[in-house]
Amino acid sequence: MAKFKKKKSTGSAPISTASLPDIVFMLLFFFMVTTTLREVTLKVKNNTPMAEEVEKLERKSATSFIYVGPPADDRLGTASRIQLNDQLAYPSQVPQFLETEKAQIHPVDLPKFSVSLKADKEAKMGTVVDVKQELRKSSVFKVYYSAKKRNTGPGL
Amino acid sequence: MARKQRPIPEINAGSMADIAFLLLIFFLVTTTMDTDMGLRAVLPPMPDPAAEPPEFNKRNVFEIRINSNNQLLVEGEYIQIRELKAKTIKFITNYGKDPNLSDKPTKAVISLKNDRGTEYDIYVQVQDKLRKAYREVRDKAAQQKYGKNFDELSDAEKEIIKDEFPQKISEAEPEDIGGAK
Repeated sequence: MAKFKKKKSTGSAPISTASLPDIVFMLLFFFMVTTTLREVTLKVKNNTPMAEEVEKLERKSATSFIYVGPPADDRLGTASRIQLNDQLAYPSQVPQFLETEKAQIHPVDLPKFSVSLKADKEAKMGTVVDVKQELRKSSVFKVYYSAKKRNTGPGL
Repeated sequence: MARKQRPIPEINAGSMADIAFLLLIFFLVTTTMDTDMGLRAVLPPMPDPAAEPPEFNKRNVFEIRINSNNQLLVEGEYIQIRELKAKTIKFITNYGKDPNLSDKPTKAVISLKNDRGTEYDIYVQVQDKLRKAYREVRDKAAQQKYGKNFDELSDAEKEIIKDEFPQKISEAEPEDIGGAK
């Protein structure tokens, strides 16, 4: 005559997965905050050199990137090329690229406008110098030679 | 016929994790983790064709040339890249002792000239070594004056040290010296 039947415990209780979404969302936000969206598809090889005295970009939103290096597609040869946005370009196209880039950033940031030169280790200075000359002609003087941080140690 | 109000059924949140995973994977794939870093440099304005190039006393110019075989010629001497830092420091902090090296740090200018065929890697290594040389000199001066490293100084103190040891790296107007490799 028992009104409440005692439930028989059937094996182990299932693990609650209710907090799983929370954990995953936490991971998601972590990655959203610490990473940056990939901006362009690289058409040139881009293995930047290592250096010790590197600094962080002053203001990333006011920075344009110019890639220099041998083309990723072997059929295009090995001579260093310039990539602006998503396309291979010639040095003469740099000023126009800079103008469009300048037009996109906030006027307050204009004095901080700088260019990060992402050149491959094997890029030839000739091409890099061409880009630098165009920058000077366009009165863009702030440049970063993009490099990876090497930890200070003995040797070199 | 009043029925007892049933409790609202719980929404099944089991697939929430799947959705979140999907988003997570999307972000993992489309983003990159590397922070952008680089050597900061300020390019000079285009030279005025009418203006005469400024005169420098030869002893105050530290000449570095890199050829298309990535070899270094410093002050007329063929050296390895690892010797460059020590040589630069010696040049900056000469204070007129050696008649071939600089008068004083404020007058010291480093002139860098490279070939069109030089590899960018070497160029960056050289720039890095020069910056390291200046950092060491400035650190030393800062330690003597304030007992701190250059990076730990206030902005005003940094300016004082910078005035004492200005980092003047001049790059020659490009020119094809060694021919393309």
